[in-house]
Amino acid sequence: MTQEQTSPILPARPLPRRASAAPAAGSGPVALTIRELSVSFGANRVLKGVSLDIPAHAVTAIIGPSGCGKSTFLRALNRMHDLVPAARVEGQVRLFGTELYGPGVEPVAIRRRIGMVFQKSNPFPTMSIGDNVTIGLRLNGLRQRAELARRMKQSLVMAALWDEVADRLDAPALSLSGGQQQRLCIARALAVQPEVLLMDEPASALDPLATARIEDLILELKKDFTIVIVTHNMQQAARMSDYTAFLYLGELVEYGTTAAIFTHPANQQTEDYVTGRFG
Amino acid sequence: MNTAYHRWRKFKNWLMQGLACACALLAVVPLALVFYHVLKSGLGAVNWAFFTQLPKPVGEAGGGMANAMVGTFQLLGLAALLGVPVGVSGGIFLSEYRFARLKWWTRFGADVLNGVPSIIWGVVVYALVVVPMKGFSAWAGGIVLGLMMVPLIMRTTEEVLLLVPQGYREAALALGIAQWRTILQIVVRTALKGIVTGILLALARVAGETAPLLFTAFGNHYWNHNLSDPIAALPLQIFNYAISPYEDWHRQAWAGALALLLMVAIINVSVRLLTRDRFSQSP
Repeated sequence: MTQEQTSPILPARPLPRRASAAPAAGSGPVALTIRELSVSFGANRVLKGVSLDIPAHAVTAIIGPSGCGKSTFLRALNRMHDLVPAARVEGQVRLFGTELYGPGVEPVAIRRRIGMVFQKSNPFPTMSIGDNVTIGLRLNGLRQRAELARRMKQSLVMAALWDEVADRLDAPALSLSGGQQQRLCIARALAVQPEVLLMDEPASALDPLATARIEDLILELKKDFTIVIVTHNMQQAARMSDYTAFLYLGELVEYGTTAAIFTHPANQQTEDYVTGRFG
Repeated sequence: MNTAYHRWRKFKNWLMQGLACACALLAVVPLALVFYHVLKSGLGAVNWAFFTQLPKPVGEAGGGMANAMVGTFQLLGLAALLGVPVGVSGGIFLSEYRFARLKWWTRFGADVLNGVPSIIWGVVVYALVVVPMKGFSAWAGGIVLGLMMVPLIMRTTEEVLLLVPQGYREAALALGIAQWRTILQIVVRTALKGIVTGILLALARVAGETAPLLFTAFGNHYWNHNLSDPIAALPLQIFNYAISPYEDWHRQAWAGALALLLMVAIINVSVRLLTRDRFSQSP
């Protein structure tokens, strides 16, 4: 199945094969349909024609060595590259049928449907915990206090932070620990009720206990949201994702269920990466 | 290690440390001299009348600079009305938006304007405001001080906004918040302390400007009841009294100098107090 170029002297090094864009059999509805997504920064082509389907209500992990384009791929999904003047995005991304890069589509509206959690937790420093959670709602026009309080509690409960901060919602957000701040950022992202949640290495700056809590949280969240998580930690991807995509040097090498990728990958390069032979 | 070389190194160290301390003290000496002289000469002339009464006619003893002090505050208020919105908006433009060419010229213009002698500002506003209005006025004084504040506030606002980490902007935009809202209610709010510092320092700087007011506010022996009339200001009054031949007026000029110096010092100290970091020890 795998094309290999063998020679009597050099070890076998396969040509990276364009993987199938469809996820493994048995998947349900598809949240994000990505076709031939390419991102360039000036003359530098970072993503080269990536195509895959992200299933709804599941966790999809994007793995690959440093510099392979994982974060670039993630940011292309909620049009964060619009902020970078030198960036050029080509290809199609469809969220439940809506073409995200179509003409006349407002990036602001997209970002309300696709939320993002960043690697370094960044709660707004001048605001309290409660204000941080509701900021997305308030700055998008929601004013009624009762509704804001209800949504704030709902988001904090979903982010598994309510029990710890219920009595000090007016405390400054920076008074929380690192893991709590990251959960606060997750609550903030959830408050605007997105359909998809993008997470760029959310637990990489946290200790193992906090990491475990975040991972449990993600497994809970997938019932209500679609989650795409970028991680450089392969074991984390193996623990908590349903589908895994392996990117290398800007190209999608292989995409399938996590079990398949980690136990019997179709591509030699994938197997080399997950077994630690490189990366 | 060679003991003689070690001793030479220790001596060099001691010498350089001593020179650095001496230079630092030398830099503080003018400040100390200023305070000493102003306090010595002004403290005697400061009394309740000084703060509450209008200037008395030539020859009569007593009187005060009440109208000059109030006038300075009025002028600073008018200047802030012009300088703060324009300066802060300009700073936001320079920091948050992407128009490379225009930004380069704006920054260049602001830096040049920061170096323009204040008397030139006075002459320009004389031609632009006083001549069409056919008279000196508080408006003209406020306009010239405000114009002087604009490039100052613009640059300090830009610097402070650039210090706000990009992560906050990204987090806010990722929540689906529009860019102008992000800038005003997230970025500016985070940098607010720094922006206020810049405004207060600009106010302290223009509070002492005399030359531009010579051509615009002109001074007033009485209270100002209409902003289209000339208005007294502390630096102007000090100037007029100091160049006069009357001993009593000289003493009052010193008192005025003390009042002005204290006002500027209080603003600067307040800025330091307001922006101190309460959670860490300063070296």
